[in-house]
Amino acid sequence: MKDGVNGVALAVCIFFFAAVTVMGFLAARWRKAADADTLDEWGLGGRSFGTWVTWFLLGGDLYTAYTFVAVPAAVYAAGAAGFFAVPYTILVYPLIFTFLPRLWSVSHRHGYVTTSDFVRGRFGSKGLSLAVALTGILATMPYIALQLVGIQAVLDVMGVGGGESTNWFVKDLPLLIAFGVLAAYTYSSGLRAPALIAFVKDALIYIVIAVAIIYIPIRLGGFGEIFAKAGDAFAQTNPDTGEPRGALAPGEGAQWAYATLAFGSALALFMYPHSITATLSSRSREVIRRNTTILPLYSLMLGMLALLGFMAIAAGITVDNGQLAIPQLFENMFPDWFAGVAFAAIGIGALVPAAIMSIAAANLFTRNIYKDFLKPDATPAQETRVSKLASLLVKVGALVFVLTMDKTVAINFQLLGGIWILQTFPALVGGLFTRWFHRWALLGGWAVGMAYGTIAAYHVASPTQKHFGGSSDTIPLIGETGYIGLTAFALNLLVTVVLTVVLRALRAPDGDDETSPGDYTADAPRPGAARA
Amino acid sequence: MPEPHQRQRTAPVRAAVTPTRVVAGLCLLAPFVAMLWVGSYARIEPKFAGIPFFYWYQMLWVGISTALTATAYVLVRREQRGRVAGRPEGGERE
Repeated sequence: MKDGVNGVALAVCIFFFAAVTVMGFLAARWRKAADADTLDEWGLGGRSFGTWVTWFLLGGDLYTAYTFVAVPAAVYAAGAAGFFAVPYTILVYPLIFTFLPRLWSVSHRHGYVTTSDFVRGRFGSKGLSLAVALTGILATMPYIALQLVGIQAVLDVMGVGGGESTNWFVKDLPLLIAFGVLAAYTYSSGLRAPALIAFVKDALIYIVIAVAIIYIPIRLGGFGEIFAKAGDAFAQTNPDTGEPRGALAPGEGAQWAYATLAFGSALALFMYPHSITATLSSRSREVIRRNTTILPLYSLMLGMLALLGFMAIAAGITVDNGQLAIPQLFENMFPDWFAGVAFAAIGIGALVPAAIMSIAAANLFTRNIYKDFLKPDATPAQETRVSKLASLLVKVGALVFVLTMDKTVAINFQLLGGIWILQTFPALVGGLFTRWFHRWALLGGWAVGMAYGTIAAYHVASPTQKHFGGSSDTIPLIGETGYIGLTAFALNLLVTVVLTVVLRALRAPDGDDETSPGDYTADAPRPGAARA
Repeated sequence: MPEPHQRQRTAPVRAAVTPTRVVAGLCLLAPFVAMLWVGSYARIEPKFAGIPFFYWYQMLWVGISTALTATAYVLVRREQRGRVAGRPEGGERE
């Protein structure tokens, strides 16, 4: 590890950061609407984004800085198991294709801004809507915190901030500045800011990955050499567990975990409020379907990125904190100025999703807590104001989270967040296709899934942690090791179905459904014309 | 559970399951079968350019699943346009 501050890299980073800051503030004028004081404008960019903007926005949103740092870090740590991110993102797109156009249509017809809006409208249940909203906010907060962890990793490697010796204020100052600026332009420009910055972020990321995937293997003697070294490293016994550190291909015992993790994560991804926000901001349902055929380009990039984990091993990088493996690889391999570009890519890669996530969480709060429970007669202007303030609060919360607690806490909560958010699937996706599920049954299933998932995750121990040591556990009845989130989801679904049968038999009252079947297939320009 | 008014609203009821939709559905289902059957690709050999099978096979599936999703998109859109134009089907023969 080079000592001291990497001045050239830092200068390049600051340059890009300044550029996106200007863009972030100017974004308020981009495609400005006559009446900007509504949640549709601030929180959904006027629902006006076409195929390419949506592509950049969703790409910038889903493939976060934390992804860039954590996926190769997982591969670096254990090999094959970390690669599950690739099948996960493969499976996401057929799922999107199937259900998101329906959500887009019904939201467009009824002016829904959040998933909870839809759930309330479909099932006529504020309780269920509140459950979905709270789950969304709870799952998003640690996700934002992890974006900060991503920025911290980059700052650490550049030699600014980080370090244990300096006092906390100097240490965290760069992070505070970055987040202060982010908060300011999100407040003023809303979703338009991350949409515009996403262009820069993705351009940088693609350049960095393309260079890394060609340049680094050449320096390390080719992929054959890289995998040979990685294989040797994984074969060595980990003193903490007494087992090999990892494997190049998952063994029999690890395959269930691999598949369930990929499947469960794919189901969960589009339950996250920020994914939905980016989706609802698109101009038509065609835009969404078209995007499922071009978004996989990001999955390809993610796969290459994952391979960087092996390169870090082959390059002989040893870090205590796996999160630092990739930034360190960049610093060791690239000339300073290009390392700066790479770090800027990761840093900006944190700002875009953090902005969208905070907007999404703020929208949930405004629509499904403030308007539904506190001030039912709020005007659109009041809604927008509350949402702007809430977006600030959410970010401050995430910042406090990261600065006051150990990094592992954020990671633990993010892990829990994935399990939690998956429990909103039956209400949301079920609701898109059928009204058969009873609202109280959905609430019951949700509660059981949340409780099971949380308790099961709590009891997972790892060599370094007594609790929340991982996201896999033995699946009851099957006996294999699998993703807790998916087990909880299956339990949730089972409870929902059984309770629905019981409640229907008892003739429990249904809520009012304000949607009609045609709403789910409607397109914007020709209402009711297209029937899918 | 179909509600009574649902039937009346979509007055010119068309079959929910058409051959086009079945094909589109299979296109969307295939990646799940391929990716969740981990045992089928948890191997090192054959390598491609030094990359173990496990990795390049999954990367290859990014491309395959994209092609399949694109096929489903074209099929669904064609059928939709056929319906909008009032023709019975979108000219799909599969």
